[in-house]
Amino acid sequence: MSEYLKTERAQEWRETLRKSVKTKDRVSIPRVKMPEVDPVVRSRSYDEVNLGLTADLAINESQRCLDCVDPTCITGCPVEINIPKFIKNIERGEFLEAAKVLKETSALPAVCGRVCPQERQCESRCFYTLKLKKEPVAIGYLERFAADYERMSGNISIPETGPANGIKIAVVGSGPAGLAFAGDMVKMGYDVTVFEALHELGGVLRYGIPEFRLPNEIVDIEIDGLKKMGVKFETNCIVGKTISEEDLKTDGFKGIFVGSGAGLPNFMNIPGENLIGIMSCNEYLTRVNLMQAADPESDTPVYKGKKVAVVGGGNTAMDAVRTARRLGAEKAMIIYRRSEEEMPARVEEIKHAKEEGIDFYTLHNPLRYEGDERGHVQRMLLQRMELGAPDQSGRRRPVAIEGDTVWLEVDEVIVSVGVSPNPLIPQSFEGMEVTSWGTIVVNGDTMQTADEMIFAGGDIVRGGATVILAMGDGRKAAKAMNQYLDDVMILTI
Amino acid sequence: MNKIVSKEYLSDKVVKFEVEAPLIAKSRRAGHFVIVRVGRKGERVPYTIADADAKRGTITLVIQTVGKSSQKVCALNEGDYITDMVGPLGRATHIEKFGTVVCAGGGVGIAPILPIMKAMKEAGNRVISVLAARTKELIILEDQVRENSDEVIFMTDDGSYGEKGLITAGVENVIQREKVDLCVTIGPAIMMKFVSQLTKKYDVPTVASLNTIMVDGTGMCGACRVTVGGQIRFVCVDGPEFNAHQVDFDEMLMRLKAYDR
Ligand SMILES: Cc1cc2nc3c(=O)[nH]c(=O)nc-3n(C[C@H](O)[C@H](O)[C@H](O)COP(=O)(O)OP(=O)(O)OC[C@H]3O[C@@H](n4cnc5c(N)ncnc54)[C@H](O)[C@@H]3O)c2cc1C
Ligand SMILES: Cc1cc2nc3c(=O)[nH]c(=O)nc-3n(C[C@H](O)[C@H](O)[C@H](O)COP(=O)(O)OP(=O)(O)OC[C@H]3O[C@@H](n4cnc5c(N)ncnc54)[C@H](O)[C@@H]3O)c2cc1C
Ligand code: SF4
Ligand code: SF4
Ligand code: FES
Repeated sequence: MSEYLKTERAQEWRETLRKSVKTKDRVSIPRVKMPEVDPVVRSRSYDEVNLGLTADLAINESQRCLDCVDPTCITGCPVEINIPKFIKNIERGEFLEAAKVLKETSALPAVCGRVCPQERQCESRCFYTLKLKKEPVAIGYLERFAADYERMSGNISIPETGPANGIKIAVVGSGPAGLAFAGDMVKMGYDVTVFEALHELGGVLRYGIPEFRLPNEIVDIEIDGLKKMGVKFETNCIVGKTISEEDLKTDGFKGIFVGSGAGLPNFMNIPGENLIGIMSCNEYLTRVNLMQAADPESDTPVYKGKKVAVVGGGNTAMDAVRTARRLGAEKAMIIYRRSEEEMPARVEEIKHAKEEGIDFYTLHNPLRYEGDERGHVQRMLLQRMELGAPDQSGRRRPVAIEGDTVWLEVDEVIVSVGVSPNPLIPQSFEGMEVTSWGTIVVNGDTMQTADEMIFAGGDIVRGGATVILAMGDGRKAAKAMNQYLDDVMILTI
Repeated sequence: MNKIVSKEYLSDKVVKFEVEAPLIAKSRRAGHFVIVRVGRKGERVPYTIADADAKRGTITLVIQTVGKSSQKVCALNEGDYITDMVGPLGRATHIEKFGTVVCAGGGVGIAPILPIMKAMKEAGNRVISVLAARTKELIILEDQVRENSDEVIFMTDDGSYGEKGLITAGVENVIQREKVDLCVTIGPAIMMKFVSQLTKKYDVPTVASLNTIMVDGTGMCGACRVTVGGQIRFVCVDGPEFNAHQVDFDEMLMRLKAYDR
């Protein structure tokens, strides 16, 4: 571990705190349970499911953390948050201080605390998981607690910005990658403008992840903070369409960051998939989240199926199926071709979905759809699957059980089988190197593309990834672009 | 927020707007469209850019009142603001010198076909416009159409103007009379289907501009998908114009009814 972490750990208050409770006592505290809304109530409501820890619960949980000499948890966090430092600040009651620690590395702690797949990241590398074979410290819950506490206290610290240097920087897309990049650049004194194609800001945080998991208010507050720091936002502006790469350059932008996401929904290309009532999860979630279609006042329509099947096993599928439940589905079903173990969704989402009465058809794969005389989907034919030998990724490959099929009655189907990178930027920007998957090629250390002044990060580089990785890319790109521009400026002066 | 600079009724149900949108006015080309949203609870709805004036920084939209959302736009007046407008969307029309081009527009489809007509004419094509409507009042933009065509044929269902009959009759006359190198058709889906069937019979290459239901207009949702040549295509990013002979119009007609209210 780095010197920096060691020095921090050696601070007197941390030592005192470590000694204040015996390790034996710390490890015997059971992991906190997140207070949540009752499943029956919440499956009819958009309010956030997780209520958040109280201060007492948070302090209690923070005592479990052993402030390890070698805090392996940090290696599980893609942006290497100083986890013990923020947790120990919670333990000593310095909640605002804890929030500050988070902000040293994370641009969106209130978001990541809620949506990170912790069980695969920080918490999977916790001493409790690795060595004690016990439930890990609830790092995600604590992160959310500290960030929420700061927000609710009305004491949100607006990070200081360096003296303005007048250098104009353009950001394409207002998802987590673009927001994190914008935040870091404005702190360094750059004149940052974020261009967003949609009429609202936040990318997937706005149009994808539903209110019951990530309230819009939280995204708003993060964006407000950026605005206060001087970041400019232009909605309804598609880079490559409304304004071109050339326009940006002639307007004096010296650097461009592309965080345009993986917007394109995949379909399965099976018979009947274009019947009415079958749609991509992007369409479904966009109608409900961005366009507020469930609100009777809203002009945007959305189906409120009674028998809704969602095809897929990722976070997106869980969000769609739980939304369908909230819109009144009597039967809301997940259709997934592998077993539950292979599902990419966060463990908590699967748990919540089950509690809300979602039916899981694992080891089933759609073959085709049939509709009524008006073209509305009526039923789907499912192929039963079994798990075969592991494939390259180590996951056991699903194979069809010959002849074993079953019809399922449905009146709405949401296809959630992944997304492809948004082709707009690669198509309209010159000199961009693109993989066969359509992702933009960058130098992994700097996020710089083949065009020196253009950097990229998030889903447009990684395909579908996570919020924290997108955010980390944005921060990495900011650091590297600053360095690059420094070099360029020195050369041109 | 985009300011409405002028409003004019072309017919009872068809309104022509000039709207401030300097960036769009500058970058748009024939065939492009915008997505418009009126009010905080408004829906995102696509409209073709019928014309643009880059110097004044305005674009022209011609909108027919159909249902809720088009009514909301058409209720706006000069000086009002459109809450959100984004564009130009879609791929621009492929313009080159083909020879003789028939522009077959029906109803409010006359408006979106106008910029294509203009661009085809500028590229040196002989442009024959065949325009159809139910009745005389619904024939819109006649002067501009005449300005940009070598010949104009009007068809009305009731014979109140031009010839009596369907658009297909007018197009067929031209094809039988002379060699047509390309047909461009815009209008109600059912009309485009029949124009396409006709030109296929005569082997005249045909482009149709599809007006599917959309949400984002940027390729993100797939609401606008159609089957073209057996493959799924997204009208907002792969279109809106496609080889009409390969479009599955029946599926499109079915999908247009998805949210009938
Ligand atoms: C339903 C759903 C649930 C998810 N749940 C989780 C979760 O629980 N945990 C997790 O870690 N991850 C989750 N993810 C994944 C995560 O949201 C993404 O990995 C992340 O948002 C990617 O961030 P980004 O900034 O790269 O792109 P995005 O968030 O996709 O943002 C890109 C933005 O760029 C805009 N844009 C695109 N092209 C242009 C252009 N040319 N000009 C201007 N603007 C443009 C788009 O409109 C969009 O707003 C989920 C994704 C979805 C869809
Ligand atoms: C690329 C493109 C360009 C277009 N250009 C123009 C234009 O220049 N002028 C113009 O007047 N109209 C144009 N349209 C059609 C216009 O978008 C629809 O008329 C409008 O969406 C109808 O909405 P509404 O709420 O008024 O009617 P609704 O009450 O929603 O619907 C009335 C009927 O229209 C159907 N409908 C809903 N949305 C659409 C849609 N996007 N397209 C077609 N039918 C739809 C509904 O299913 C219903 O049957 C265009 C459409 C597309 C896709
Ligand atoms: S950002 Fe995510 S991975 Fe990192 S510590 Fe927080 S919850 Fe864990
Ligand atoms: S590994 Fe676990 S116990 Fe150790 S410092 Fe990290 S969170 Fe605390
Ligand atoms: S309108 Fe959403 S993909 Fe075309």
